[in-house]
Amino acid sequence: MAAVTSVGETPAPTAASRPRGMHARRQRRMNVFRYVVFTVFGLFFLLPLLAMLRFSLEGPKLGTWSLSAWKQIASYQNTGIPPLLSAIEVTLELAVITSVVTLVLLVPTMIWIRLRVRWLERTVEFLCMLPLTIPAIVLVVGIAPIYNEIQHFSLSALMLFWIYVILALPYAYRALAAGLVSMDVKTLSEAARSLGASWLTVMVRVIAPNMRQAILNALLLTFALVLGEFTIAFLLLYGNVLQPELFAISRNTPNAGVIFSTSFAALLFTFVLLLILSYAGRRRRGRG
Amino acid sequence: MTSSSVTRTPAGASRAAVEVRLEELSRHYGPVVALDHLDLTLDPGELVALLGPSGCGKTTTLRLLAGLEDADTGRVVVGGKDITGLSAAKRDMGMVFQAYSLFPHMTVRQNVAFGLRLRKVGSAQRDKRALEMLDLVGLSAQADRYPHQISGGQQQRVALARALAIEPQVLLLDEPLSALDAKVRAQLRDEIRRIQLEVGITTLFVTHDQEEALAIADRVGVMKDGRLEQLAPPTEVYSRPATSFVAEFVGLSNRLPGEVRGGEVHVRGATLPLVERDVPDGPVVALVRPEAVTMASHAPEADSGPLTGTVIAVTFLGATSRVTVDLGDTTVLAQLPTSEATALSAGSRVALAIRPDPVLVSAGTDPATAAAGEEA
Repeated sequence: MAAVTSVGETPAPTAASRPRGMHARRQRRMNVFRYVVFTVFGLFFLLPLLAMLRFSLEGPKLGTWSLSAWKQIASYQNTGIPPLLSAIEVTLELAVITSVVTLVLLVPTMIWIRLRVRWLERTVEFLCMLPLTIPAIVLVVGIAPIYNEIQHFSLSALMLFWIYVILALPYAYRALAAGLVSMDVKTLSEAARSLGASWLTVMVRVIAPNMRQAILNALLLTFALVLGEFTIAFLLLYGNVLQPELFAISRNTPNAGVIFSTSFAALLFTFVLLLILSYAGRRRRGRG
Repeated sequence: MTSSSVTRTPAGASRAAVEVRLEELSRHYGPVVALDHLDLTLDPGELVALLGPSGCGKTTTLRLLAGLEDADTGRVVVGGKDITGLSAAKRDMGMVFQAYSLFPHMTVRQNVAFGLRLRKVGSAQRDKRALEMLDLVGLSAQADRYPHQISGGQQQRVALARALAIEPQVLLLDEPLSALDAKVRAQLRDEIRRIQLEVGITTLFVTHDQEEALAIADRVGVMKDGRLEQLAPPTEVYSRPATSFVAEFVGLSNRLPGEVRGGEVHVRGATLPLVERDVPDGPVVALVRPEAVTMASHAPEADSGPLTGTVIAVTFLGATSRVTVDLGDTTVLAQLPTSEATALSAGSRVALAIRPDPVLVSAGTDPATAAAGEEA
């Protein structure tokens, strides 16, 4: 092969010949940028939380500290307002029911669509995303007549799970879809089928166990949604769930500290749940 | 007719190798014909490799046999039994896929035992069989690892063990080596053949790599546009290709203009016999293998010979070297012993000769390219 660089010609600098210092300076600048962004956004999220925590620990006199607002979580009760603890219990039950129903509905449906009727995927995705685009107030107006019927049979706030499942669909769908995309569903199912597995076995024993992290993510998002939902519960006149209860307390008590202690506790609970689920997701090995 | 021969599996169980017959199989995807009335018979215990370019229908054939897709028309007969209507789960076939297909949440041992578990084999027996299979593929030490903890080559070997653990009637291999690097691919290829012979199972192997197909198979089926162009032992496919497509697809071929006269083809001063006897007289393009081109003399005095030219490149291949020679109006590849080729370098003058092996010809005079096909 003839040489391609003639005499007197300056070879173009290669990556290897570039000064290392330039690369290091660029790397340092990037690091500084990262830290600045991280700090600004960290403060943006943390400051309100810290303010909330500080407010919940405010004593009778301004600038003093007290745990009374936190102690009141278990005992708070006022005229016309159901006990706070019972509202927390109902909300947690609601979160569990909503999560279970959402997952039972979505996981097999999504796996089935992926395996057998992929042409339906876009339609189902569109339907699942719809609640995200419809304002809560519009949903309530649409669903109120149905709830009138439901309330003939049961006045329990747990009946909110019907609409909460709809609200959770977009978040759960996206989390599960990410899980499905991350594995080769077609090859895994064909491998299992060639070994003699039925479609049910493929879904239960092969695909679902590999979606554990996605299922946990969907669970977490559904939980967080139920714990924080206010508008629909309030407009459908379900007072005995967490957020409407906190709203009622805020209008009836001079000590607003309990609202903040409860809200902070709910946030803390979700955060701990997130940690537990992340840990559980990582510990996926060992069973099969 | 159903034929079968009894072979012994590594587990010690006797099992009959079965004949596989695909009869008049057709498959369309909309307007695209993936398989066009394909007839293919695999003898008991035989390994047939299907070879062809992308979209030729080789994978579709395998998937129809596995039951992963339904044929538009035709029958699948295994061991004399028509299984066309059976689902994949009931076909009793072991399959190894191109993509890594081990279940990520199960250990290697659990993966191998999965099919046995579905067949309700007891836990102790399941474990024993899984370890035997892992032993067969040389991976018993990795039994308790997860798929992500072993290499790609090891994963494919586990997939093979998993497919064989259920003692299937037929083994289907869908380009199982294509995701592996060259060295591992060659090793695993030989290992697959060893295991297939040891187990004695009827096997269909799909690949686009002709070296793989020629090295591993009892017979090679070359496919084009959903049809079998030729089904023959590897040596026959290479040395006596049935069609010009096979000649061009399998190995390298020089396309040299020539003329058929009296049942022989005259190419650049050489007279060569024809593979097909009934070619009418007239201009043709002859397909000449590089190994049929030899060196007549190095540094010839006369420049006027029709096979005299200038060396453009010499490629070292080990025992042989490939020499590219510019003849002025066309380029010719010659595969020469390296001892002969070392004397040559770019710019050398050389006179070539063509060995009188039977050649295939295609109609027309346009050689299009001097050499066609892929390296074997």
